[in-house]
Amino acid sequence: MGMLEIKNLHVTVDGKPILKGLDLRVGAGEVHAIMGPNGSGKSTLAYVLAGREGYEVTDGAVLYEGRNLLDLAPEERAREGIFLAFQYPVEIPGVGSNSFLKAAVNAVRKHRGLPEYDAMEFLKLIREKRDQIGVGEDMLKRSLNVGFSGGEKKRAEVLQMTLLEPRLAILDETDSGLDIDALKVVAKGVNALRSPERAMLMITHYQRLLDYVVPDFVHVLSDGRIAASGGKELALTLEKEGYISHRRPAAEPAAPRA
Amino acid sequence: MPRDSRTIPLPYADRFAAVAATMPGQNLPWLRDLRAQAIERVRQSGLPTIRNERWKYTNLNALAAAAFEPAAPEASSESPGPLPPLLGGCRVMFVDGLYRADLSAGSLPRGVTLTSQAALLRENPARARALFADHDAGADSLGALNLAFARDGYIIEIAGGANVEEPIELLHLTTPGTTAAAYHTRNAIIVQTGSSAAVIETFLHDAATVYWAQPVTEIRVGPGATLRHYKDQNEGAKAFHTATTDVRVAEKGRYENFVLTTGAVLSRNEIAVILDGRGASCRLDSAYLARGRQHADNTTSIIHAKPQTTSAEVYKGVLDDQARGVFQGRIVVEKDAQKADGHQLNKTILLSDRAEIDTKPELEIFADDVKCSHGAAAGELDEDALFYLRARGIGQADARRMLVEAFVGETLENISNLAVRAAFERRIGAWMSTGGEPA
Repeated sequence: MGMLEIKNLHVTVDGKPILKGLDLRVGAGEVHAIMGPNGSGKSTLAYVLAGREGYEVTDGAVLYEGRNLLDLAPEERAREGIFLAFQYPVEIPGVGSNSFLKAAVNAVRKHRGLPEYDAMEFLKLIREKRDQIGVGEDMLKRSLNVGFSGGEKKRAEVLQMTLLEPRLAILDETDSGLDIDALKVVAKGVNALRSPERAMLMITHYQRLLDYVVPDFVHVLSDGRIAASGGKELALTLEKEGYISHRRPAAEPAAPRA
Repeated sequence: MPRDSRTIPLPYADRFAAVAATMPGQNLPWLRDLRAQAIERVRQSGLPTIRNERWKYTNLNALAAAAFEPAAPEASSESPGPLPPLLGGCRVMFVDGLYRADLSAGSLPRGVTLTSQAALLRENPARARALFADHDAGADSLGALNLAFARDGYIIEIAGGANVEEPIELLHLTTPGTTAAAYHTRNAIIVQTGSSAAVIETFLHDAATVYWAQPVTEIRVGPGATLRHYKDQNEGAKAFHTATTDVRVAEKGRYENFVLTTGAVLSRNEIAVILDGRGASCRLDSAYLARGRQHADNTTSIIHAKPQTTSAEVYKGVLDDQARGVFQGRIVVEKDAQKADGHQLNKTILLSDRAEIDTKPELEIFADDVKCSHGAAAGELDEDALFYLRARGIGQADARRMLVEAFVGETLENISNLAVRAAFERRIGAWMSTGGEPA
């Protein structure tokens, strides 16, 4: 059985159907890329898996390690090992990055029956990890994500992922807004987390990220369903031919690409 | 008989006759006359109704209807209950509106003197008379009520040039079990030329008894002097708290005030500052947290009377359940106050859709070369931020607490005394973790 099994998932947002029968199976140790044009439902998939409010599941099921994922609150999903790297990490003035990280790591450790870190232990851990990801000490002294550049925000997401040690990491457009050097730094951090126990779902519009984090499987999402699946070479085909050949016949014309 | 709809009769005022003879200093003719005039004013004018613009959002009907009794003339022999830990090295205690030297702790820092109002009337009536004459707080009916009924209070003086880092703590308690008593204190803080000091006043009561605390405080900040004045209003859940603070700041003087409000079923904290010398400045900040059916009113007035005066004001509220907050902020820049700089901000988070905030900025600017701004905002907790925190494993209650503390924390940074800031942070954390309706 896969770590994540999505069966016939239908989701509406504000009454509008976005996912229309999505099937996907992700096994431990696998890296899957979900590609698709704007409006195909990529970010909806990410948010539904993380448990955001406002996404109504009208049909289908999501099993995570054999359990019904949709029954769990967002914090329970996170503690059970699901991590969503946000496309747009939220700026939260007044919440210190360091104290946030400590609260998150300890909430997850507590759930997993591990002792919580005290301030000194946490400081030691964070020093070790932040250098690997290229997150400066000054960033962690600031309010969470406040005043971070696009690249800093994405590096901060990767640092959080590294500290929280998820079993299923969902990366939503992690490459967007990054120049090539920033992309390489982020990709290095992501690659360091690849392991036989950990699955990854990379949601991306462009093939570029996949040059640096090479997926095992590539799926094309179109009009709320998986329209095609294949190996990493599928991404290259898409790069050459665009999404058009994989678009499902739809009742209404799809929105033009940005 | 038709009654003026702008006033509410206050039966409590009639109780004065019964206690007049027991009032300290009642043997002094000038004071006896002042009190008689004051109580007559209250009898005639009652309390203001919401038809009065300054009281538009705060209805005193419940206060007027409660059958208050004047506080006992003698100190209670009962213990006021367990005391919180000392914030600094000294504590001045007031119980039921009376100064209690026997319960006070530590010694006052060098350069600081404290006299109780009752002792001053006994020992130096001429000085007391001068202080009463200097303070025109009897102009409105609440001020007049205090003038008539106040039995005690404090006069704190900071000698010229003294620099007092450690906060002077004033703790106001009421004896548990006493019901429907009204406590009126009349206070003064005088900060002489070039000196600086910090004062923290705590109003604390655990039990759910009805009482009314009505402190009136007059503050004089001398040339080049600084007063940091903090207040922790943690009254009992059924208490009424109406406080008036009048401040006058001389040339290059500075007044900083922070009020933390979590207590009382109805509270009104009124601060009026006159920046009365070139280069005088003030900063007024507050965090008001209310739930259940609490009503928390903050009304401020800052008058820039002289050139190059500056003021800054940040009031932040968190309202849950059916709580109601009021912020009225008036800034006046007088004709001669060129280069004045005044900024005001009021922000409120509504944790419930039945909570309410009424905010009313008032800017009256008569000079032409000034910088003034005001802003107000009210809204819910940021859902995106809440989801982000929860998506990292932080539980909903903790995530809400973090966001509220972050929101309020921005004003706490304006508290320059670190011991007080830490104490207020703990209080806000405790308020968030208790939840539910107050007892």
